[in-house]
Amino acid sequence: MAGNREFVNRRLHSLLGVIPIGLFLVQHLVVNHFITGGPESFNKAAGFMGNLPFRIVLETVVIYLPILFHAIYGLYIAFTANSNVNRYGTYRNWMYILQRISGVITLIFIAWHVWQTRVAAAFGAEVSYDMMHDILSSPFMFVFYLVGVLSTIFHFANGLWSFLVSWGITVSPRSQVISTYVTIGVFVVLAFIAVQTLVAFVS
Amino acid sequence: MAENKTVKFTIMRQDSENSDAYEEEFEIPYRPNMNVISALMEIRKNPVNAKGQATTPITWDMNCLEEVCGACSMVINGKPRQSCSALVDQLTQPIRLEPMRTFPVVRDLQVDRSRMFDSLKKVKAWIPIDGTYDLGPGPRMPEKKRQWAYELSKCMTCGVCLEACPNVNSKTNFMGPAVFNQVRLFNAHPTGEMNKAERLNAFMEDGGMQGCGNSQNCVQACPKGIPITTSIAAVNREATMQAFRNFFGSDHA
Repeated sequence: MAGNREFVNRRLHSLLGVIPIGLFLVQHLVVNHFITGGPESFNKAAGFMGNLPFRIVLETVVIYLPILFHAIYGLYIAFTANSNVNRYGTYRNWMYILQRISGVITLIFIAWHVWQTRVAAAFGAEVSYDMMHDILSSPFMFVFYLVGVLSTIFHFANGLWSFLVSWGITVSPRSQVISTYVTIGVFVVLAFIAVQTLVAFVS
Repeated sequence: MAENKTVKFTIMRQDSENSDAYEEEFEIPYRPNMNVISALMEIRKNPVNAKGQATTPITWDMNCLEEVCGACSMVINGKPRQSCSALVDQLTQPIRLEPMRTFPVVRDLQVDRSRMFDSLKKVKAWIPIDGTYDLGPGPRMPEKKRQWAYELSKCMTCGVCLEACPNVNSKTNFMGPAVFNQVRLFNAHPTGEMNKAERLNAFMEDGGMQGCGNSQNCVQACPKGIPITTSIAAVNREATMQAFRNFFGSDHA
């Protein structure tokens, strides 16, 4: 099929955002939530995840490659947009531009987060309660993480809504309204889990 | 009677395709029940701007004057719509008129909407019935289907949805929201359905359906109230199935 590379890229971009990136995000937030049970409980969970067999293969296939593609193609999508919320101030038009803004914020946050934790771990640092406690003890970094994590969760929840439209799962206006409420619910639940986790790291 | 009542206009003008745009103000006598076109005609009768200087008459496109042809679309007070159905009494003054810059400007308020018609040709937005012999009557269309298909058939290729869409711009080659609706309309027709795969495949090529970013401005802007976003999701669903059929192979028509 000549000429449908753009279609394939765009659909792949949409799919990867949910599977595996979205699933990984949920898993990551849930595992981090172990901190609410105390540093011991977090270290045990982080140790389990960090010592999974075939770790580097899992990371590459489930996390690195999908995120790299999603991020690079996403930047292209974001910068080909011509927002006009001043002309059409509707909810969906705002979600359209926020999806693009949050995508860029998320990319910056994830790049820093990977550098600070995973790359540091590759150079010998130990991913543990102490590492995150030290990072988040700085008020600047706490706010940076808060904004970054909320932006990521927003991008995921709203992306889930447009995934459903892009693949033709929610077609009728009513189904799109219902999925709007469901994805708002996803945002609220994940944001609650994430904020509780961030606070637990510094308290 | 308010004899001296006037109507104020601020109009974005452009003398030729490549020249710079400039603003010109006009003040014309008020008449009851004026629409934007009758006001432009009034200016044309006596092309003098608000400063009293003689100027050229304004160029714009029009045809049916009853909001079914789509030719007279322009940006009126910031919103793209038809100037024939834009009533002066319902607009805030000064009334600001601008061309729909998503399209190449020919002159003043006149734009070239050729790209939309090119897109319709690209996705084969017609029903092939020509043959070398009489093919006889085609299959019947269920009444229920005809009713919603009729709503889709109201599209007049006016360009308002393209003007409203944040993804139709010079940085992309996205064909625009109207095309989803036409593909769905002709794929819904019992005879048109026989060429469904051709239309979907053409609309999956570069500039096709994947350009939609779901801002849903099109459905807000459409002057005919066409459920464009429903057509978008419906065509996306058909394309999902078509992509699987293309990849894995299928004897499904």
